[in-house]
Order: sequence, then structure tokens, then C-alpha cells
Amino acid sequence: MKNSTYKSTLKNLPKKVLILGSGALKIGEAGEFDYSGSQALKALKEEGIKTVLINPNIATVQTSEDIADKVYFLPVTPHFVEEVIKKEKPEGILLAFGGQTALNCGVELYQTGIFDKYKIEVLGTPVQTIMDTEDREVFANILREIDVKTPQSIAVTNIEDARKAAGKLGYPLIIRAAFTLGGQGSGFCNNDDELEKTAANALSFSNQIIVEESIKGWKEVEYEVVRDKYDNCITVCNMENFDPLGIHTGESIVIAPSQTLTNSEYHKLRALAIKIIRRLGVVGECNVQYALDPYSEDYRVIEVNARLSRSSALASKATGYPLAFVAAKLGLGYGLHQIKNSVTKTTPAFFEPALDYVVCKIPRWDLNKFNGVSKEIGSSMKSVGEVMAIGKNFEEAIQKGLRMIGQGMHGFVGNRDLDFADVEKELTNPTDMRIFSIANAFNEGYTVEQIYELTKIDRWFLEKLKNIFDIHTKLISFNKIENLHTELLKEAKIRGFSDFQIARFVLKSDENDISESLLKVRKYRKSKNILPFVKQIDTLAAEYPAQTNYLYLTYSGTEHDVEFANDGKSVVVLGSGAYRIGSSVEFDWCTVNALNTVNKSGYRSIVINYNPETVSTDYDVCDLLYFDELTLERVLDIIELENPKGVIVSVGGQIPNNLSVRLHTQGIKILGTSPENIDGAENRQKFSAMLDRLNIDQPRWKELTSIEDINVFVEEVGFPVLVRPSYVLSGAAMNVVSNKSELEHFLLMAAKVSKQYPVVVSEFIENAKEIEIDAVSDKGKMITYALSEHIEFAGVHSGDATMVFPPQKLYFETIRRIKKIGKQIAQALQISGPFNMQFLAKDNDIKVIECNVRASRSMPFVSKVLKTNLIELATKVMLEVDYEIPQKSIFDLDHIGIKASQFSFSRLAKADPVLGVDMSSTGEVGCIGDSYYDAILKAMLSVGYKIPKKGVLLSTGPVRSKMELINSSRMMQEKGLELYATPGTANFLRENNIEVKTAYWPDENKTPNCLELIKNKIVDFVVNIPKNLSEGELNNDYTIRRSAIDFNVPLITNARLASAFIYSFIKIDINELSIKSSDEY
Amino acid sequence: MNKTAKLVLEDGTILKGKSFGYAGSSAGEVVFNTAMTGYPESLTDPSYKGQILVATYPLIGNYGIPKKKTEDKLLTDFESDKIQISGLVISDYSYEYSHWNANESLDNWLKTNKIPGIYAIDTRALTKILREKGTMLGKIIVNEQDTDFYDPNKDNLVAQVSTKEIITYGTGKNKIMLVDCGVKNNIIRELTARNSTVIRVPWDYDFTKEEYDGLFITNGPGDPVKCEATINNLSKVIEKDTPIFGICLGNQLMALASGAKSYKLKYGHRSHNQPVLLCNTNKAYISSQNHGFAIDNDTLSEDWQPLFVNLNDDTNEGMKHKTKPFFSTQFHPEATGGPTDTMFLFDDFIEMVEKNKK
Repeated sequence: MKNSTYKSTLKNLPKKVLILGSGALKIGEAGEFDYSGSQALKALKEEGIKTVLINPNIATVQTSEDIADKVYFLPVTPHFVEEVIKKEKPEGILLAFGGQTALNCGVELYQTGIFDKYKIEVLGTPVQTIMDTEDREVFANILREIDVKTPQSIAVTNIEDARKAAGKLGYPLIIRAAFTLGGQGSGFCNNDDELEKTAANALSFSNQIIVEESIKGWKEVEYEVVRDKYDNCITVCNMENFDPLGIHTGESIVIAPSQTLTNSEYHKLRALAIKIIRRLGVVGECNVQYALDPYSEDYRVIEVNARLSRSSALASKATGYPLAFVAAKLGLGYGLHQIKNSVTKTTPAFFEPALDYVVCKIPRWDLNKFNGVSKEIGSSMKSVGEVMAIGKNFEEAIQKGLRMIGQGMHGFVGNRDLDFADVEKELTNPTDMRIFSIANAFNEGYTVEQIYELTKIDRWFLEKLKNIFDIHTKLISFNKIENLHTELLKEAKIRGFSDFQIARFVLKSDENDISESLLKVRKYRKSKNILPFVKQIDTLAAEYPAQTNYLYLTYSGTEHDVEFANDGKSVVVLGSGAYRIGSSVEFDWCTVNALNTVNKSGYRSIVINYNPETVSTDYDVCDLLYFDELTLERVLDIIELENPKGVIVSVGGQIPNNLSVRLHTQGIKILGTSPENIDGAENRQKFSAMLDRLNIDQPRWKELTSIEDINVFVEEVGFPVLVRPSYVLSGAAMNVVSNKSELEHFLLMAAKVSKQYPVVVSEFIENAKEIEIDAVSDKGKMITYALSEHIEFAGVHSGDATMVFPPQKLYFETIRRIKKIGKQIAQALQISGPFNMQFLAKDNDIKVIECNVRASRSMPFVSKVLKTNLIELATKVMLEVDYEIPQKSIFDLDHIGIKASQFSFSRLAKADPVLGVDMSSTGEVGCIGDSYYDAILKAMLSVGYKIPKKGVLLSTGPVRSKMELINSSRMMQEKGLELYATPGTANFLRENNIEVKTAYWPDENKTPNCLELIKNKIVDFVVNIPKNLSEGELNNDYTIRRSAIDFNVPLITNARLASAFIYSFIKIDINELSIKSSDEY
Repeated sequence: MNKTAKLVLEDGTILKGKSFGYAGSSAGEVVFNTAMTGYPESLTDPSYKGQILVATYPLIGNYGIPKKKTEDKLLTDFESDKIQISGLVISDYSYEYSHWNANESLDNWLKTNKIPGIYAIDTRALTKILREKGTMLGKIIVNEQDTDFYDPNKDNLVAQVSTKEIITYGTGKNKIMLVDCGVKNNIIRELTARNSTVIRVPWDYDFTKEEYDGLFITNGPGDPVKCEATINNLSKVIEKDTPIFGICLGNQLMALASGAKSYKLKYGHRSHNQPVLLCNTNKAYISSQNHGFAIDNDTLSEDWQPLFVNLNDDTNEGMKHKTKPFFSTQFHPEATGGPTDTMFLFDDFIEMVEKNKK
């Protein structure tokens, strides 16, 4: 904490408090809880309270040293929490900072009397309140008592009663079939005729149907409300969804504050939110979601979350009000008026932020990563991350935001390759491309009114988008930048157009010359003195002076809010941008640690990042926070104003890494490895040539441009081959193909994805071990490294694989050779800073897969297990300050760390939950154990696996996997688990004298059938190994896997991982798992 | 559309922007408000008489201007019958509005009322000037038609905005004498909604000999010392025991009548997020405020005590008589615009009135 003069003013504070984290990042529960937990821990620490944290998410900032006093990398489940309680004897517990995971666990502990048993006080919102909000019916009744409206519904069993219900509720209505999954049999109806049809259909699925008033198309509005124990309440922020009701708020673009609400509407909903929080008795923070009729002031309360949520993290970043920090203080017993506003430092936390800007949150989807998933967005959340853009007007904010998403878009307009076969369908049935389909519609001549009718997006938003489209139309009528009216150029910049967009529209630049053209626009623009201004976010719209370091840039301004030091004593660190599959909280940990090291080394730290779920964008981790774009344009704007010592591009993942060469070309000092050498690793040709020069082996590969050439190459290396584009982070559009037809099918898709780069085809080595090193090098000398192995064989993306550190099953020879190669490459690329390399090992043959001259996903994991902060060391190297070479090596460790992946397939309807070369996990955990099995069992339980108690369904695929699983199958049988197997697997097991029941394939009309075993929970563990590595799995296998996910039965699809998990739960009992905090290892 | 315009401040600062609304020049006292909603309410609030209003929230005009409807002789959705400000200064004007209850644009409404607006102004930069140098005079110049600076505080603004005749509202049992110094409609609405008949009288009307159950002193514009007639009348009735409730200017006038002193704040409180604490308790409320003058707590006479205090700057936010049913607030419990958290004060007042009748 920077505020070191703080003195606690409360008496009778608990001495030790336990906080539950949210575990691995998953869809719907992501980085926001690292932010909220970290804030809570800091708030308690400031009071002198000892803190204990349980969170297996090792990549988080909150599990770093110096944040909590004790950290347990254990599953957030009642068993482990009770064990920690027994050991630590805390006096209080906080449940509201770890998402639904912590809340559910807390409720269970409360209900089983654990808190009473150990005399632990639940701080903040009472558990009963939490339970009231979680139960729909109880909740609706409570709101009814205080005359607050919720959606009305009536359950009926026949059409006649449905008609009566309709008479009572009025049209439009939605009919739902009760007790069905995935909305089967539900539908909207606007009159008696439609009602009869829909009801009849619904009744064919279920004998009970729910007739509910339809509020589809209503505005969706949220309030973040805070209450203290004195019953004082404030609303920190309200937010309006761009998309009307029907699209999950996590899937919607969200604007703060609301834009289309009158004073009367704003304050009506605000007053209701306060009424609700008072009735519920929340102490801390709570989120209220409303539907608001677009044609009256009628409303419904849709949901209340009595905990910190994704929305509260957003509200916190949107306003600058530290919600989680304040909520933690309120939990201790402070009143809002007794806490200081940490931004102004003079005014109290009891106030409501006044914004003088608008923010826009946009979700990030990665649906391309999954096979079979629907692209349509709706009532369930599929997005994996989000960005927040700040502007003085809506156009500026949304265009910034659309660039921030990082999927190659340049704003609302100016995006290539966006063809919608049927725009009208796209508008009516929104997909992840909805916003761009609106641009397309304008282009096809649709009016705002027509688009409104199809989308029900408020006309105000559509008019603003139309304004962007119209400016674009004006711009394309020019051909020379010099002919462009200064007024128009300025207007375009005010409305959020990037230099890139302007270059594309005016100079008609294509891929070949756009990089040059955008610099031409920049130069011209600067000559006309059209420049952005830096503004502060101060929570109170400049009413009082504030010492805030929270900044953004806008063209709607005439002066900067801050003065620039220009003394070369600051360092800019580029953050990671939106969380996505392949880049999430781990890079935030790296960024935060780089910032800390910059500060400790006597420099001022400046961060540029735009992800509202992060700790790196917290007000107290850096000297200056630019909450803005990570584009060349914006980064140059900031650097030109700040004149820092240099820029760190190697801790925020691929986005900053990709900027390094272009920044360097503009004369910007990049700290650490030179951009030429970064490119030497990123550019496949250059890297491969270097390996050849160094005599380092690599899988054979070729960059090819025609099918004929590819066929020739495949003749040479043989199937399977790996096909991929270069310059990607998590292997988008990468695939393994096993035969010619698959190859040809896939090439069409891959070629389309990366026009700029030819297709790369590589030899794919089966049954090879995959090994990684995370290392730090100083001017070409590798000064430390951490080597880990994957449990799965190569072929599972390294981001999905289960990692063991230190390695347990490698030859010393392998380790020695890998270390040597690491040193050679560090030397060849003159690496200064962090890097990561991946290797294949088969019979001591080592091949290099890739090298990333930047921090990697596994840096926080190895740093915490090894207890050597690799990022701190790397940052010192980059800053060229003194450091000590760590003496610890992997051979000194008495403990083992396992990093396991978290998948979110349950959120992604129809997606095939199988692992491949493309990454599909959304998060990870890292657990430490005294033994391999101790660590692996903790890790697997942390990502949601449960130890089977009843039966196991086995379908073990190719012979090699069948062999792999013989021992573990036998052990399960001996343990008394009932084994079921699909016919082939059953025969194989019987041949090996293992007793097993045959389970028939889903499409066979025989019992016991796989599906019924899963649906009726006769089995509580499914192992299903795909027969080959390619797409097009047999339908039956897909059905088994998907059913396991849909019915919440643990599923493993990799034989080696299945075996490791089975061994661990057979060899070690859950009660024998070690309960140790990280400092005890 | 898009004519250039500029805002000139008395310290010489010139900010260039674009004209909207009425294309004519105007002068007044420049004040800023940090509210994020409620421009139809603010613009018709008589307390803004003579002032050029700066909105720190950048997007204005989004939901247009509501249809004009009258209930019990009062326009709904507005705080008086016309725009009271002298000019509007904003960052981004929404030419296209969208709302079910709107029937014209802000631009159009300003035109009809002959009030100039200026947009494309860095209102944050302007606010910082006003915050640091204090509220100052200014003028919006459209089409280079210069005009003189004008200091509204030298005029009796209350006399300009107060009703000229006596008007009665509602049919409730409690007879409330409302001294109109520039009343916001919602004060009358809140009183009539609580079983009251409101008799709205001019600011200088001598109500001291009238029969009534409760007295209400309203909000209003400008320097309280200009309202000598109201102060004189008040000093007579505070000798009696009939309940009195004052809001904003009403708070200041009651204070002056009881011997306390007022002073001008550097840049006033104009927002929807002002925190006030009920003195000697832990009860805090978010309030709507709009005032440039305040009461000096140190000058309160013996019979009076502070009722609320501002948590941001410790200024007086209300006072009450130690023994009699008199109280007042500097903030606006009637809201519109702004939070409705302190609406209960109207209940408290009516309760006092009813109790006193018995």
C-alpha cells in the first residue's frame, strides 16, 4: 500500500481472517475475482489483520507473496476449507470476493454448521441473505413483500389453464416446458393462436409448462449498490446494456453510465436498488439487474447478486471507486462515511461517483476455438474476456473498444473480410459479430428504424453508430490526406477513428502499405495540431482536486489534466489486453510484478492496459495508469508525452510483443531483448534457419503455398502432420490432420484465416513428451531456468496440458540437453529478459517446437513453486539494475507443483469437449504437494473433478491408450468401483482379466446404454479417449463426451491424464492430502 | 447547425465551441453541475436564474425533452414553466434523441426559449478553472455578436422568478403557506401528495397574519441577503410555534432571520452526489444540491443547531430549532433531478404540522 500512514480506527477487529478465492478462470467467473480478492486482502492488511487465502489459481496476483499472509493452493471446497480452518483458526471469513465458487462453498459450510463449530464470524453480508438471493422463489417473495416487481409467471398443465394464465398476465408471453434442458419446447407468443400452438408443443416435452410474461426487448440496466452496517446506502454506478434483454449481460456491450434513461427512470431504479439492499440486509456490495420497458417506466427486477461480481469490477474501473476495497472495510464494521475516498484522499467513500466521460465494455469471444459450438449469443454466457474503453463520447468509446477486443478489427467501420450472407438474419439472431453486422446493414442501406425493428437496440445507440458510418462515408470521398478538411479530420478523431481507419478510407491503403500510410496520417494530423489530450478519472468530475493517476486519452479536449515529468525516469509496461483463450490472468501477474520491480528499482511505473478484470489496472499498483489502447498509435501518443526511459513489451503476452518491431522502427527504446531478435524468434523462417545454424533439431516443416507442394512434403514426412499459420499465440486455426481428405478440407479454412502468411506444415511426432523451460537471460547468458514436463503427450496444446514441475519422469540426459539448447538459443538471440521454449522429447531425441522471447503462461506457476520470481529477475535485467543470480535449482525442491487446466465446456453448448493442438481451456490452477499424487489430486479436484464413488464409464480409444489404462482400470476395480465399458474396450479389459460390464453405444437400442449410465448418474466418472487426433470423431463418442459435460459428470479425454488422476485417487485418500500453506514448502 | 460560438470568462479565458439552441449571445454567472441526468429539470430550476450552466457530463440531449403535460396546474417532468438558465455549456450534444416520453430535441427547446447553447467545449478544463478561481461571470458569444458581462447577484433574482399572484394547489387537510422564492414544482408536488393544500404566495407577501398549519420557504436563486422582505416576515413567525420547513435558499433565509450569517462559496455545490450527515448520528444521505451561498455554522444563534453537515467540506447542510418545530436543509430533498434519499423530510414536516394542529 502506498498509503503507509493509515491508522485503523475500529476496535474489536478480528485478528485473523480467511478469504476464499474463485479458483481457476472459467467462463462467467474470471479475472474480476483476482481484482476483488486482492483489494479485500489489501484492505484487511491495512487494518493489521492477518489474512489467509485459499485459492488454487496460482497465476493470480492475490496468491503472490506480500498480499495475503498465508496462501493455500487448495480447492475451494468445503473439505479443504474446513481443514484450513482447523489449522489456521481464523476468527472471521469473507465469502463475497471469490465469485460463485466461494459463495457456494460458504453456503455449504454454513449449512453444515462449520462456522458455528469453529466460532467463525462471516464478515459482511449474512449467509442467510446470500441464500435468499440464490433461491428464485424465496427471492421473488421477498421482493413482493416490499412491492418490487419481478417477472410474473404461472405454472399450468393444460392448454385451457395456459389461456387463463395468458388472460391474467397479458401478451407477449413466453412459454417454457418445465424440467427440460436447453430451452426445449419454449417459445414466444403474441396472441391466443400462437399461445395454443406453443403451449401444445411445450406440453409434448413436459407435462407442466410455465406461462411467463415476456420482457424480451426491454432495456437491461444494472446498479451497483453498497450498504454499511448503519444502513447507509449508495449506488456507485449504473450501467445500461446496448443489447436489450435476451442477451446475457456478460455477452452484451455495456455502457456506463446509462445513456437513454431520464432522471426519473434513473432515480426510480436507483431508489428501488436501495430499497432491495436494505430489505436483504447486505453489508458490502450487491448488484441489481433490471429490465426496463422501453415505452414506459415499468420495470422488473431480474437478478440480485449479493457479492462482488463481474459488473462490480467493471463499475469499479468505470468510476475509479474501489468497490471491493470498500466492501471489505464495510465487512469489518466501518460506515461508508468513516472511510476515505482513496482517489481524493480528502472526501469520504460515502458519495456517488460523477463521471465526465462514458465507458463501454465489450465482450471477447473465442468461439472459433471450439468444434460444434453455436456462434449465436443469447441468455447464457460464452465470452471469455472483456475490454473497457473510455471516451468523451459514445462513438469514441465504442470504436476504441472494438479495436481493443484484439480480433483484427479497427473500429466500427474499416474492417475487411466481413461478409454476412444474410444481414437481416444476423441482426435478428445475434452472433458474436452482431455489432459488425450493423455496420454492414448501414452499408446495405438499412435505416436506423429498420435496424431497430430487427434488433431492438435503442435508437440512440444506433444513431451514434450511424454517425460513425456517415463520417466514414465522408472520408472515403477523399483520396489525399492533404485534401481532407481539418474540421473533418478532427471530427473523425473525436469520434474515435484511428489513423489506421483514416489511412484505409482516404489513402485506400491495403495490407502492403497500410503500416506506412497510417504513419503518414499521423504525421499530417500532428502537423495540423490534431492531438489527443490526457484526462484523469477522479470519481467526481473535477469538482474537487484529486491526486489520481488513472488516465485516458481523448480528442474531445483542449488541455491535459496532468503535467509530464519528461525526465526519463519512468518505464512504460504494456499490459495484456483482453483475456482470451491463451492469454489471461498469468500475464496480468507478470505485468504487476514488472511494475513492482520498476518501482522498487527507483523508476516510476507507467502501465497501459484496458482490461477491467485486471489488477494491473488498479489505482495502487503503478504510478500512472493509462487505461487505453495497445495500438501503435496510442502507445506512441503516450510515449511521446511521457518520454520514458523505455518500454517493456515482454510481460503482457503477444499483444505487446507484436508491437515491439513497429515501436522500435519509430525510434522507441525497447527494454530487454532487441526487437530484431524478438522477430528472430517469432518469424518461423528466421528461427528455423537459426536452429539449423546451431545444429539444433526441429520437427521437419515447410512454409507452402500450394496443395501440390504440400502433398509432396507430406509424402516425405508422412501423416499425421500439423498445419498452422505463423505468428499466433494459442494456435488459432492450427490442426493435426491424419489423411489427405482432412488435409484438403482444413487447408481451405486455414488459408482463409491467414492470407498474409503462407501455410506452415510440420511433421507431427506421436507419443513424444513435451517439455518446457521458462527462463531469464541477461545479454545472451541464461541466468536461471525452470524446466517442466507435460503429463499428456505432445499433441495437446501446451495451454491445455497438465504440467509437472519439477519434472518427475525425465532422463537426466534429456534435462541436460534441453538446458544446453536453452543456453545456445539465449545466446544466439542475445536474450535479455524472460523467455519460454517448448521441446519434444522421444528417446532422448530433443526437438525444439518454439521459442517465445517474452513471459509465458507458466511464469507465475514456476515462479511460485520455485519461489524465485522470474519476472522480477527479468525486469531487473531489462532495467539493467543489480540482481542476484538465483542459486536454487529444480533439484533442490522437496515438493512438486502441478498445473492443471480448467475447461468451460458446460457453458459452450454443443462444443466437443476434446483436447487438441488448439487451446480450449479458459483457466488453470497450480497446486503444490509433498508427492506427485498429493499434488495431482489437489490440482484435479481444484478444476472440478470429483473422486468417483460409484461407477466409471470407459471408452479408451486406440490400442495404445487401452494399454495405458489397464493398470488404472484394474486398480479401480479392486477399489470396488463398478466398471462399465463400450463393447471394444470391455472386450479388451476382459482379455486382461478385468471385470467389466458392457455399456452399449448411445445409438444402440440396448441396456445398459452409455447415455442412461450418465444421465442417471450410475457412473460418476467418464473416460473417453478419441480414436484419432483429427476432427470428425464418431458421433457416438461425441455424444458420450457431450452428455458427460451436460449432466455434470467428470470427463477425461486423454489417456495419460486419466491414468495419472486414477492413480492419484487410488494411491492417496482425500483425507491424507497435505494441508500446507505455500510458505511451508 | 454548427455555427461557431465561444464562451468568454471575465478573467479573459476564451473557449471556442459550436452553437446549438438559440443562435444569440447571452451573459450571466458561469457555474458547473456534475449531474449525469436531469437536464430538463435543471434547466427549468429557478435557482439557476441568471446563470450559464456548465454540464460536466459530456453527453447531453440523449433523451430529448418530455411532452408538456399539466397536473394540478404544474408541468410534469419540469421544475417550472420555462427554461431559467441563461445559457448551456456542454461537451457533446446528441442531435438525435431517443425516448418514449420525448417530443422535441433539446436544441429545439432552447431555440423556442431563446437560450443559447454551446457544445464541443472541454467542460472538464472549464470546470477546473471555475473550481480553482471560483465562480465567475461569463458570456456565450454567437456569431461574434458581443454582449456585456452581467452579474445576476446584483439583481433581486428572487423577485424575477417568484409568482406574482397567489395560487392554490391540492385539496389536502393541511394548509401549507409556501413562500415562493423560485420554487421547484416538485416541492409543491411532494407537499400536495402528503394531504396538503399549498398556498403559493410571492416572496415578499406578508403571510405573518395569515392562518396556516405549516410554513414552507422554498429554494431560489442568488444572494439570500437580497430577500429582505422574506427575512423580515420570517423573523416575526419564528417567534411563534407553527412548523416551518425551508429548503436551500429557504435554509439561508431562516438562518438570516434568526441572526446567522451567510457567505458565498467559492464555486458552490451543484450536483446529485453530495454526501450529507445527520449531525451526531451515523446516518448519511446522498443529496441533490444547487447553491452558491451557504450558512456559517459558527454564527447560528443559541436557539438553533446544525441539522446536517456536508461530508465533503463540512459546510452547513441544514439546521433546526432546539425547541420549536422549525428545520431546514441546504440540499434538495425533493430531488428532481437527483437522488430521492431524503424525501422522508417531507413526511417529517407534515408529521410536525399534524402534531402541532392537535
